[in-house]
Amino acid sequence: MEVSSLPLSPTHRGKLISAGYTTILSLASVSPHHLARDLNVTHDEAIAILNVALKNDKSGESNPTRSIVTGAQNAWDMLREEDMLRRITTSCGDLDNILGGGISCKEVTEIGGVPGIGKTQLGIQLAVNVQIPVAYGGLGGKAVYIDTEGSFMVERVYQIAEACIANIMENHVLPRKDNQVCQETMQCNSFLENIFYFRICSYTEQIAVINYLDMFIEEHKDVKIVIIDSVTFHFRQDFDDLAQRTRVLSTMALKLMKIAKKFGLAVVLLNQVTNKVVEGSFQLSLALGDSWSHACTNRVILYWNGNERYAFIDKSPSLRSASAPYSVTGRGIRDSTSQCKRTRMM
Amino acid sequence: MANKVISQMGLPKSISNIFEARNILTSKDALSLTEFDLVELLDVGMSEVNSAVTHISEMTCPPYQTALSLMEERVQNEYLAGHLPTRLKGLDEALCGGVPFGALTELVGPAGIGKTQFCLKLALLAALPTSHGGLNGRAIYIDVESKFSSRRLIEIGAESFPEIFQLEKMAQEMAGRILVLRPTSLSEFTESLQQVKLSILQNQIKLLIIDSMAGFYSGENDRDVKAPKQHLLGWHISFIKSLAEFSRIPIVVTNQVRSQNCDELVQYPFQAENKHEIVKDPERLNSHLVAALGIHWAHAVTIRLVLESDSGQRYIKVAKSPISPPIAFPFVITSSGISLLNDNGIEVKGPEIHSIHCQGYLWLRFLTRGVVKLHTPWPIIGTVFSSICVCQLTFSIN
Repeated sequence: MEVSSLPLSPTHRGKLISAGYTTILSLASVSPHHLARDLNVTHDEAIAILNVALKNDKSGESNPTRSIVTGAQNAWDMLREEDMLRRITTSCGDLDNILGGGISCKEVTEIGGVPGIGKTQLGIQLAVNVQIPVAYGGLGGKAVYIDTEGSFMVERVYQIAEACIANIMENHVLPRKDNQVCQETMQCNSFLENIFYFRICSYTEQIAVINYLDMFIEEHKDVKIVIIDSVTFHFRQDFDDLAQRTRVLSTMALKLMKIAKKFGLAVVLLNQVTNKVVEGSFQLSLALGDSWSHACTNRVILYWNGNERYAFIDKSPSLRSASAPYSVTGRGIRDSTSQCKRTRMM
Repeated sequence: MANKVISQMGLPKSISNIFEARNILTSKDALSLTEFDLVELLDVGMSEVNSAVTHISEMTCPPYQTALSLMEERVQNEYLAGHLPTRLKGLDEALCGGVPFGALTELVGPAGIGKTQFCLKLALLAALPTSHGGLNGRAIYIDVESKFSSRRLIEIGAESFPEIFQLEKMAQEMAGRILVLRPTSLSEFTESLQQVKLSILQNQIKLLIIDSMAGFYSGENDRDVKAPKQHLLGWHISFIKSLAEFSRIPIVVTNQVRSQNCDELVQYPFQAENKHEIVKDPERLNSHLVAALGIHWAHAVTIRLVLESDSGQRYIKVAKSPISPPIAFPFVITSSGISLLNDNGIEVKGPEIHSIHCQGYLWLRFLTRGVVKLHTPWPIIGTVFSSICVCQLTFSIN
């Protein structure tokens, strides 16, 4: 491996190369003292360079008793770990089915669709559902809601939380002792209190929040879902240089994936759609371009099929591509079969 | 907060000087670059850059609120919990109280359906004293298509709120609170928006109406280059949205319709198998109008109300809203403005809520009834286009 590929400052890199240290291997056996003298840098700087170099040098540390390659995990362990993870239900059985039980933690899921299809509704529903206590089969976590469009309505969150609590009460009958404990946590207000809301007014702030999330979640360990509604809005304006936009977007996506892995939480990105010209005719496709479509692990598209709303799994490494109907009711996202029974909520 | 200056953030002096020397002055400059770009540009190590970026991000990041504190704040600080009631009972119920503050509400519909009527009524409501359910403030009306009629405004006022308008000088007072701007070009429009931004803070302005947003964008004078226009629309969208957000006033925008092109598929590639079916459906093509300004704009509005007419009956539909079910209300336009025929509404299923019908056209009914009042041609003159149609029709009848 070449020294030039290390994340070092250009000065240090230049000094290393001119002193003859072109490969990482050549750095492996040198002492910091020696290096400092050779490069004419301070002792501390030399140690920092060696740290960077040796961290990147994976072949140097082979410890067969622990694992063959450090940092790797074998597929069997991963499978067991995945089975342990709970998924966040969408409150729609059909949708949960095609998603393999709900929105999965540790992954980035992108949800896109035309205006008014229910993206924000699904976002709010997930922010509420993540809080269903463990005793009732939920995660008992908290939610971070990053609103870039100003479409987050607290009245609606209250309605959905209320309906969610009512649903749990109907479906579960617990022993009295447990019930009392849960009664206390199952209040609408405590549901609202567990949603951390960031209102973002520019793409700079959006990047800043995503950088800051690492620190924020360190303090609030029980955050189990991060929702960005929508990831697109500010990036569709204000950018003249599309190549730079792509770079900034892909670093952002990497950071989100890192957060999802590190804290074992679900990241849900809501995306807008745009018209794309394919062979002379217009088609709908999710915004932000082709390179962005690599950024997320799962991609779900919401669309109209006849008179019903459907969700389609457009991309996923583990799920079959399938579609399922859902509906948006006064109580939130529900199965579409319940549509006929629905009464107007006022 | 995007323009916070890096040197004021309390970074170690050594590193903040490097940022300044490379002309990276604000957090926007710094965060628009990736960490690797910064390492190259600043000539410092990765770990320094990382910690600097983390610090800048922390300082730039807006503070969070819990949903609970957000709700309490809205309920306590804002009159009517942040809604301007439209006085249409059913619609107010569906919208949880009315047109929300701090958000963009769009009215879309064919010419002459009553969009301007709705706007005039809202302007009056913002001006009314709080004792009568208004906001007791000023309203700014950006009249792009020269459709604002002060006579009609007073007429609506006198019919709907006689108790106020009969008082001496009250009509003058109310109408005096409604400020009309008439930009004549896109650049003037941009300018007046910027003016509005300044005056909202100083003068008790409680409502902003833009009638219509599509006026300049669908104008024929500058159709040559499409891309810069899209870009400008993007700029307007984020400007208007941030205006709504920071001033916490309702912003109401009207939008025109255009007919849909046959080659415009409103489908994703994976739905391709249904393609032929839809193109062959002649009825759909006949009646299919779509909102002007496209999908980018449609994403940006928080609430979309569609005004349409179907078999001679006008409907107002809540087509997009984070809080309301899809629901339609039949309405008529009377001398007191828009009034709903019933407050229960009709629930609409499926994507039908987004479609815009224009069947059994309205002015036919007026002509047959013979109630076209020429001195107040309010229901008819939607755009120049429709009024030309009316003239042609009258001649042909004669």
